[in-house]
Amino acid sequence: MSSLASSSTSKNNINDLVPLDLLRLNLDTKVIVKLRDCRELRGVLQAFDSHSNLVLSDCTETVYKLNDVTDELEILEKNESEMIFVRGDNVLLLTT
Amino acid sequence: MLFFSLFKTLVDQEVTIELKNNLKLTGTIKSVDQFLNIKLDNISTPESHLDEDGDMIYLNNPHFAGLKNLFIRGSNIRYVHLKKSLVDCNLLQDAARRELAMEKREEK
Repeated sequence: MSSLASSSTSKNNINDLVPLDLLRLNLDTKVIVKLRDCRELRGVLQAFDSHSNLVLSDCTETVYKLNDVTDELEILEKNESEMIFVRGDNVLLLTT
Repeated sequence: MLFFSLFKTLVDQEVTIELKNNLKLTGTIKSVDQFLNIKLDNISTPESHLDEDGDMIYLNNPHFAGLKNLFIRGSNIRYVHLKKSLVDCNLLQDAARRELAMEKREEK
């Protein structure tokens, strides 16, 4: 099984990619990060580590709130930050 | 280690730290450790101001009155807002690539 996975000599073999490689490939591009407590960040990914601590530049934070009556998501607040460090334990997912 | 190094370069610089309990604190980083615990000096909150005697008044957080510096346990931090001019983006991206490559080598 493992010999099969590592049999290819191709440098960018898909089997050699780990999930964190997705973050690496998105460095210096605009990403969307979903966080705990209905928070979302949109900004340019500058750095990450294995805890998924992140640094984003030119970042917009949106805080959502679920309206109990209409069952719809409302925007509670929006904040801008030119450079923001995000602690990894808040991060749910990252997408482009 | 990447972010530990980053915060070490930010010692003596002013940052705003947002905690998981929604408290925002602005202050000067005095020291940092590997857990990203941070010692902040000359703290203030967005709602605070100096009164005529030079004492800091905390409207929503009166228990902060008289506090000049504090230690923040790293696990309570949500965001740290930084000044763009204090961070070299290219250096940061390269460091992130290098750290991932290093971790992948160690796994093998």
